[in-house]
Amino acid sequence: MKHVDSRGRPIVAVTGIGLVTPLGFGVAANWAALLAGTSGIRRITRFPTDHLRTTIAGTVDLPEEAEGQVLTATPRVARMAAMAAEEALSEAGLGGGAFPGPLMLGMPPVELEWPHRFELARRAAPEPATYKALTLAATGWPELYETAAFQTVGETLAARFGTRGSPVAVTTACATGASAIQLGVEAIQRGETEAALAIGADGTVQPEALIRFSLLSALSTRNDDPTGASRPFEKNRGGFVMSEGAACLVLESLAHARARGARILGVVRGAGEKSDSFHRTRSNPNGSAVIQAMRNAIEDAGLVPGDISYVNAHGTGTPENDKMENLAMRAVFGEDAPPISSNKSMIGHTLSASGAIEAAFSLLAIRDQMLPPTINHVEPDPAITLDVVPNTCRAAKVEHVLSNSFGFGGQNVCLVLSGEPS
Amino acid sequence: MSGADIWITGIGLVSAHGEGRAAHLAALAGDTPTPLDADSHAPFPLHPAPALELDRQIPKKGDQRQMEPWQRLGTYAAGLALDDAGARSLVAEMDLIVAAGGGERDLALDESVLAALAGLPPAEAATQLNALLAGGLRPTLFLAQLSNLLAGNISIVHGVTGASRTFMGEEQAGADAVRIATARLAEGRGQAALVGGGFVAARWDLMVLYHSAGLLRQGGFAPVFTRDDAPGAIPGTLAAFLVLENAASARARGARGLARITGVACEQARRDGQDGSAAAAARAFARLALPDGPLTVLSGATGVAGPTAVERDFLAGLGRDITLRSAGSRLGWGVEATFPASLALGALMLAEGVQPPSLEPAEAPMAAPAQDLLVTGFGAWRGEALAHLRAIPAEEQP
Repeated sequence: MKHVDSRGRPIVAVTGIGLVTPLGFGVAANWAALLAGTSGIRRITRFPTDHLRTTIAGTVDLPEEAEGQVLTATPRVARMAAMAAEEALSEAGLGGGAFPGPLMLGMPPVELEWPHRFELARRAAPEPATYKALTLAATGWPELYETAAFQTVGETLAARFGTRGSPVAVTTACATGASAIQLGVEAIQRGETEAALAIGADGTVQPEALIRFSLLSALSTRNDDPTGASRPFEKNRGGFVMSEGAACLVLESLAHARARGARILGVVRGAGEKSDSFHRTRSNPNGSAVIQAMRNAIEDAGLVPGDISYVNAHGTGTPENDKMENLAMRAVFGEDAPPISSNKSMIGHTLSASGAIEAAFSLLAIRDQMLPPTINHVEPDPAITLDVVPNTCRAAKVEHVLSNSFGFGGQNVCLVLSGEPS
Repeated sequence: MSGADIWITGIGLVSAHGEGRAAHLAALAGDTPTPLDADSHAPFPLHPAPALELDRQIPKKGDQRQMEPWQRLGTYAAGLALDDAGARSLVAEMDLIVAAGGGERDLALDESVLAALAGLPPAEAATQLNALLAGGLRPTLFLAQLSNLLAGNISIVHGVTGASRTFMGEEQAGADAVRIATARLAEGRGQAALVGGGFVAARWDLMVLYHSAGLLRQGGFAPVFTRDDAPGAIPGTLAAFLVLENAASARARGARGLARITGVACEQARRDGQDGSAAAAARAFARLALPDGPLTVLSGATGVAGPTAVERDFLAGLGRDITLRSAGSRLGWGVEATFPASLALGALMLAEGVQPPSLEPAEAPMAAPAQDLLVTGFGAWRGEALAHLRAIPAEEQP
């Protein structure tokens, strides 16, 4: 049985998947909702939305919140990442024990948040709340450090799941989840490990983050129509919708997975990346870096463009992204571009999680030979010439999927997911 | 580590001592105290930023305006490293791995928000917060804050457009960045990589965090292993980027190496659990192939009590004749930049045969220039990282 790819590298299998998104908890609930064309976008209730230009988001309501607890980004990300990892490990038959490989974690940058600053200001009172006073008021409060240190989420997950070595936390903006998978794949390919736990997670739907994206005019403001707000590839698209969630893939060398009799859900056949040097938030209008990232991934997989059956789009629903992705699709695939759909039409843009969530959905598309739809496709945009699987899912022969992730800051990562090799 | 030989062919180093090789050779070879600012952030001392002529590495004012000091510093040092390696012609396919913290907040805005709202009932404060932030935040500040935008700016300003990853995780991010960049080159993915990070010390928005965990020293300067009076790190503005190259490619283009990276090993102990920091370091050490006998160590110790004590015990437990020098006593604590900066200093020591004078009793006299160097990185909160650097014999240079 062949366990190496055309480049002589160990083939990297996926043996477990875990998902948490605004559509629900777990792979089954998410995939059913996605195929049914359900939107997970709703009005924000977690915090007051007065004075905000955007008042909708995809939010995951955690059990703690029902009891009134306020979770800042670090505990929220760690919680959702752990839920996804538990499901994936259980499916892989690796739950319970120490995980036999490293953690590759895609997550957002975190920092002190307003609840912490208000608490510090209370502790500093009656001193005026200058940063110096806040700092002195933080004396002897190590938990504060742990709510905002970049190492905390990885440390928490490593402690919980017993991953080996140093957890790596990566950020490449909206490509983060794909970068985490890529890091795990590479570690297995170069023989550094037999397995890796790859997670993408984000939980930064909070007022300041929402305002920051609003100030960049990146967000949809279709507040009176939450489920219709995310409209990738549609004529009236007006920006993305912030969201949150997590996905986990258990990655193993195919040899390792088969030796222990694990069920193979698919393989990560290739990965490619290319950075853009054009602009901090915009891709080069000629699409060169995005095109190269797609080509690099297909080439790394030992395939040609004609082998790709379906593309899981970056598809954010910003006017610019979707036009550029269309251009790149035509450049890579020519007249015979495969169907492309955007999960973000339903779950919104889960930022650091999206690359991992979309890789998970790509594997499910292969498993069930079903293409998830792009919902909210009411008025076609003449500038988008692709088959975007409008509004309803459909059966198709799905062999190899290209999953696109393009980040702010010009970091573009594409993955090729395939079924179990015969 | 298997595969091709990897050389450090360029370093871009900025610290309180200044910028570039000459300033840091002088700092290594002498015992001039590192400049110290005891006042601006009292009671916490710090090693301040040197004056930089930003136009030399970030020629467009528009680019400079899109960044705050942290991104400017890192972008500047990345350019220095490319120039030092003579590697500008390689940037289109060069890997970029950045160890990043977060960018500067608008402190004045934060303080004005707190002045206005801290006394209000929480529900009212939350509503008012939205209004004050929506009106007060500058759109470009977000980009200056985003961790991956240091890499983005390096791509834009210097044209580095190969693989790009940004690691987060304080000191350990810097160590893993070097480890993974080296491993990728060793297995033949690409020919050159730019790897490193930057850290601005004079930032209350970070000090509030570090001080909450008790990581900062209060008081004057003391070398890192002589801080029993007031343990803690002295933050130092620091940026360090390394150009790593496949040795054969470097030779083919006539580029000299400063040192060979023979191995990098990273662990992360649960320090509050049974698997202690020293055991983790021992696992990492076992993955390196240091020659037997006396060992020269360039320590990345922070001065924080726990990890500094563990490191001392770990080194003593190796049962070797150890000659120690501390990067942290010379550069300060640069968080994400610490490990790459230690490697840059170590590479300089090996390339130039520097024997730094002793700064404290833990630093025994150095009899001869080192040929092999163990570089350590015990993070202030988490992370144990080790690297082995080896001098490159003259006959292997182009």
